[in-house]
Amino acid sequence: MKARVLVTLKSAVLDPQGKAIEGALRSLGVPGVGSVRQGKVFDVELDGGDRAKAEATLKDACEKLLANTVIETYRIEFVG
Amino acid sequence: MKAAVLLFPGSNREGDVAHALKTVTGTQLAIVWHAETELPAGTDLVVLPGGFSYGDYLRCGAIAARAAIMEAVRAHAARGGLVLGICNGFQILCESGLLPGVLVRNARLRFICREALLKVERNDTPFTRRYGKGAVVRFPVAHGEGNYTADAETLARLEGDGRVVFRYVMADGKRDDTQVLNGAANSIAGIVSEKLNVLGLMPHPENHVDPLIGPTDGRALFESIAGMLEKA
Repeated sequence: MKARVLVTLKSAVLDPQGKAIEGALRSLGVPGVGSVRQGKVFDVELDGGDRAKAEATLKDACEKLLANTVIETYRIEFVG
Repeated sequence: MKAAVLLFPGSNREGDVAHALKTVTGTQLAIVWHAETELPAGTDLVVLPGGFSYGDYLRCGAIAARAAIMEAVRAHAARGGLVLGICNGFQILCESGLLPGVLVRNARLRFICREALLKVERNDTPFTRRYGKGAVVRFPVAHGEGNYTADAETLARLEGDGRVVFRYVMADGKRDDTQVLNGAANSIAGIVSEKLNVLGLMPHPENHVDPLIGPTDGRALFESIAGMLEKA
């Protein structure tokens, strides 16, 4: 089973990297960019086919390592 | 006193801190590899040195914080043992939950390598007893991710409990939260745990211990620790 974990900064946390990218897009003349926030994507392959179990495993992985919940939130998506 | 300096893949200040400990305190010293599960018997002080453990992959300090030896460090801290985390070591302590908050990318995105002015906010911790209260000291900083951040509640708790030990200040010795070199909340450079036995700070006291190099403001930190342990 394939899953995708998205880790993003909480909205209250400043994102200087996102701001820099936002500025670069503006200076490139890319139109209509309101704001940019940078995050991380983890593509994970899991053993077995039990989706509920996989979700519990990934949630555990996020809490233990993939996200720092002081500043980040995570979302789990299943692919295919 | 017996000190254990932890070594993770990518640590690079273990030599500096070992040199400072040896020359200032004459302590017995062990370098402990991260895959060990126990600290040397009788360890009084654990030091997490600076560097770029695991290449700063994922988040600074995130992977080192989950290393096998950290369980032993947690137990040592719970017993009231002293733990000192410098720079990447501070990041590891935050990631491991031994200290609250997190260190994120510097506000202006630059790696900062220079001397910083710091105010010693309290001198009743095991790490700062040999400083005057409110003393302004010079330690070097060298980091890309030293911007201390925590939620409002945590910051209020830290301030309320007086757990900010080192704060960045301007040339006049006063803090200016709008001009902090790395953007750190409340100009925070270093904090202690609730029981005052775990200190994390971004600046490098171990690099200012030798008059051959320059200022020696860092010596008092190591003297404080040694003095504390001799008494005990």
